[in-house]
Order: sequence, then structure tokens, then C-alpha cells
Amino acid sequence: MDINARIVSDMVANDISFVTTVPCKQLAGVIDAVDASPDIYHIPSNKEDEGMGLCAGAFMGGKRPAIIMQNTAIGVTINTLVTLTQFYRMPLPMLISYRGELGEPVACQVEMAVHTKALLAQLNIPTYHFHREEDVEELDKILKYTFMCNKPVAILTDASFWKGY
Amino acid sequence: MIRSDILKELAPTIAEHLVVCNIGLPSQELHLIDDRATNFYMLGTMGLASSIGLGLALAQDKKVISIDGDGSVLTNFGTLPTIANNVADNFILLIIDNGSYGSTGDQPTYAGRKTSLAAVAEACGCENVVECRAEDTVQAVKDAIASDKMTIIVSKCESGNIKVPVITMDPVTIRDRFMGAVKA
Repeated sequence: MDINARIVSDMVANDISFVTTVPCKQLAGVIDAVDASPDIYHIPSNKEDEGMGLCAGAFMGGKRPAIIMQNTAIGVTINTLVTLTQFYRMPLPMLISYRGELGEPVACQVEMAVHTKALLAQLNIPTYHFHREEDVEELDKILKYTFMCNKPVAILTDASFWKGY
Repeated sequence: MIRSDILKELAPTIAEHLVVCNIGLPSQELHLIDDRATNFYMLGTMGLASSIGLGLALAQDKKVISIDGDGSVLTNFGTLPTIANNVADNFILLIIDNGSYGSTGDQPTYAGRKTSLAAVAEACGCENVVECRAEDTVQAVKDAIASDKMTIIVSKCESGNIKVPVITMDPVTIRDRFMGAVKA
């Protein structure tokens, strides 16, 4: 099973059926796999905070949601993470492309990469970092953990994990 | 008519439905006028009432009415194309358009000047867009409920606020009570 199919398979196995995405080049394959899954309602959003609103509504409607986005979105969504997802205590797995790491060709991406883990730590968001392909083995447990504790949880996925930019 | 007048008139019509209410005074007013388990009050996060409502409507079958404001829709403009392209016929977005940021001191919004939110919603691809006078809002909402079609209502009213207390209910209580009503 390729890595994109594996990620979607773990999502579906954890009853995730509502996924919003904002694209990133590194995430193109997994977004295609989400879109193709008959078990997932894929709703692209125009901005990540909007996506988190959609996920909050879907959760209250009885669906398990997830968001797929780039790490630049941490800068966009701090208020939403704090005043909606965390304040109302809602679960939200966030599969995040960790741009600006080794292999990054675009200098500007590094500017957000250097803040990514610090911001997540400041927000007390449990954070996992997938660097090698086998790190995906933890995804199933991370998803179970997210819906156990009702928190936003970050899964940073870097260029090495995706086998290149 | 100001927003609180509309909410008072509207309360019996929306009482049996799921309501996602905008941050600030709109939620405080609805809470004062007719507090119900079927109301989800936003205590923060300006702009997302329509997104939360759409996500909720897509996830289950009960009717969902998001009560939003012109300022909040301007804050989250990306919501209108998402709504247009993900049709949920159990979803009504009621934009109470008083042309001002009411909760922060009635600073004027662009919706009160050149920008027509109804025209924007139509340009985004929303199919059932109704602009009405404040006085006709209850009928517009009744019609939208009866139509079983996703509808965007822009209700043009005067700006102005009444004195209302803040909501002191714990957010997790609001959410838990609301989820109980969703499942009921």
C-alpha cells in the first residue's frame, strides 16, 4: 500500500468521514486519495480557519473530522484553535505538511518552519513529527489518542517522509 | 428594526431547529431572548458561524440555521464559495446585515456601503439567495424552512444594540448540551 493509501486507510479505520483540505505540493497525493475515498466527504476549504469551523460543525453533527493543511496555516489558525477547537474541547487531527525542512527549495518556507514547533508547543498541542516513512506506523494510535482526549493534535510530515518535495 | 427586534420575532420560528449563532451580541441576545439546548453560542472565533453551520448540516439531517452578521461574513468571505459548492438542503444561512460591526461599537462595514452580500453570494454560486427587509425576515426564514432548499437570506436592518449580559455558561457545557439536542 502506498503512503497516501495507508494514511487514508488509517483515517477510515478510525471512523474519520469528513475531511477538509487546503492544498500543499507535498500533500497532493494524500489529498487525491482523500478525494477518491468513498468513505470520506471531502470538502476543500479556502482558508484553514474556515476548515476548522467546518470540522467543528461536523463533529457536533456526529462525524469524526480531520484537516489536512500546510504548516503555514498554524499562523492563520491560532485564534480558531484556541477559541473554538480547544475552548469547546473538540478533537481535530491535523495532518500538516512540514515545509521548510531538509530538502526544501523555497527559502520563504523556512521562515515559518522555524516557528512551527514553538507555536504548537506554546498552544499545548500534542505534536508528532513524521520524518521516516515507517513513522506512519504511529498514525493509527495518534488518531485514537486524538478522539480519546478531544484535543487538536498535530502530525507534522516533512519532505524526507514524503520522499522529496 | 434592529437585530434584537428580528431575533425576538424570529425566536418561535427557529425554536425547533438547530441554530448556530454568531459571536458577541447576537449570541448574547439570543441567549437572553430564548435560551435553548438547540442553540450553539459562539463565544469567540469571529466569522465561523456559517462554516460551523455548514459542517453540521452536512454531517446530519436536521435543519440548521446559522445566524450570521455582515461583518462576520466579510471576515470569512471564503465561506460563500464553499457553501455554494457543497449544497446541504437542510442549511439556512441568515445574514443579519445591519451594515455595521455591532458588537464592537457600530463601526460601519463595507456591506453597508457599496458591497452587496446577496450579489456576492450569487456570484459565488449560491442558488437560493433572498434579500429582504428586516420586517420580512420571519417570513423569509419560514419560506426557506418550507422549501427544503439551501438558502442564503440577507436581512437588511438598522444598526443598534440593546444592553445584554455576557454568556457565562461554560463552552463545554454549551457544546455538550447542543450535541445532546443534535442527537435527540
